[in-house]
Amino acid sequence: MQSEHDAVLLQQRQTFRRGSIQLLVVATVITICSIYVGLFDGARLAEGIPSMISLIGEMFPPDFQNARDWVEPLLDTLAMSVAGTALAVTFSVPLALLAARNTTPHPVVYQVARAILNGLRSIPELIMGIIFVAAVGFGALPGVLALGLHSIGMVGKFFAEAIEHVDEAPVEATRAAGANGLQVIWHGILPQVLPQMADVSIYRWEYNFRASTVMGMVGAGGIGFELMGSLRIMQYQEVLAILLVILVMVTMVDALSAVLRRKFK
Amino acid sequence: MIRLNQVSVTYPGGFTALHPTDIEFRRGEFTVLLGASGAGKSTLLRCLNYLNVPSSGHVHVEGIGELKRRSALLAHRRRTGMIFQQHQLIGRLSALRNVLTGRLGYHGTWRSLVPLPPEDQRIALQALDRVGLMAKALERVDSLSGGQQQRVGIARAIAQRPQMVLADEPVASLDPHTSVQVLGLIRGVCAEDHIPAVVSLHQLDLARQFADRIVGIAAGRVVYDGAPAGLSDLHLEAIYRRDPTRSSEATAAPSTTTEFPLNLATEKS
Repeated sequence: MQSEHDAVLLQQRQTFRRGSIQLLVVATVITICSIYVGLFDGARLAEGIPSMISLIGEMFPPDFQNARDWVEPLLDTLAMSVAGTALAVTFSVPLALLAARNTTPHPVVYQVARAILNGLRSIPELIMGIIFVAAVGFGALPGVLALGLHSIGMVGKFFAEAIEHVDEAPVEATRAAGANGLQVIWHGILPQVLPQMADVSIYRWEYNFRASTVMGMVGAGGIGFELMGSLRIMQYQEVLAILLVILVMVTMVDALSAVLRRKFK
Repeated sequence: MIRLNQVSVTYPGGFTALHPTDIEFRRGEFTVLLGASGAGKSTLLRCLNYLNVPSSGHVHVEGIGELKRRSALLAHRRRTGMIFQQHQLIGRLSALRNVLTGRLGYHGTWRSLVPLPPEDQRIALQALDRVGLMAKALERVDSLSGGQQQRVGIARAIAQRPQMVLADEPVASLDPHTSVQVLGLIRGVCAEDHIPAVVSLHQLDLARQFADRIVGIAAGRVVYDGAPAGLSDLHLEAIYRRDPTRSSEATAAPSTTTEFPLNLATEKS
């Protein structure tokens, strides 16, 4: 009896020791990374604190004097996010059908479509923004193209995954009624994945709105352009005002997106 | 009107679900394929519209010929209504939209991108009316009961204006009372429209009650083919491979959709 208890307790101790070692390894990795990037550089941080405080001090009170000039860039940003998402969804549907195992016409097409989606996803939208600004000039258009193209990578992948997880039974029934391949996709598969597609698209729109506030920084239109301008001439009171406006807009878009997504359940 | 010549089905795993079989289904007959779960009756049934592609042999359809060319297959499927065990409807669509699926075969790809013409809508509504679900036409299918969902499935088959009806275990997931109603409905519609039906069942009592002709299947072979009256205890023993007096056990057999490793394997579209 006694020895049995001892065996159980020994095992318990060993489990605890193993857990401790694992925790120690993770903590070490985190510490090394933090030291490497200078997070523990006390002197430098201490030096920074006064200038941070003075910077924050310079931001107050927020200056809304030029607020009227921000209306148009804000609308630009909103339009960019909507148009960019629409662009992404338009190209995502056909790409997803090629990149889903159950609808792809050929395994090679499947691999190519997946590669395209991965490629688009791995180029950051800011980089795409810089490229498109160089290609078509300043303004909202390069921003829309950058947001749209980058979004295809994620939206298309999610669409493809939804298509792959579709219930095969009604699809078979559609086929049994004499429907051809495209009719089966249109009437057997798409009605099933529509709610997920709507969900992903609306979420992506919300993301694109946040992303498009940054797009202005590379000259691709929107409120980010104003933000960058104020930062350059060190109008920190105006910077804070713009940031507050963006915060309000993002909150509103988030709320609207949540309502829309619930509707599509 | 449809004939199987030496048709056999072997699944990719090497399991032979149907040994080479010759059988013909004639106009005006209500045929029940009777057998235990896994006997091969679903496989045989699904060969009749190529949801299972035969590994050997061929299927000949009156007026169409052999089901080899894709166009012949689509034409055959268009005029063959199929009713499934699990209804196989799209839950979030209305009953009417599900029934309209049965009209797809009559239209080209481009035409079917937009809502089908009023005539088709009316045909679909008539089909719903015939199964007594006119009032539920615009309701989501997932809000209907199991028996009602199966009736929507039947309406979808009727809407095809079929020349033959196939039903794969149409009552396996329904209670006994609803089962009799649903089978009665299928039988009534087929009799009214003078179209033959091939129905797979594992319940002996239901088979006796509804069939004009019973085809008993065991271990992938036809072991009985004739009138219900001719079905003896010896035949039942061959069909169920067990004491015929215990056939009620077969009634409680699990669904057939899980009986094969690859039941949903179909041709690439």
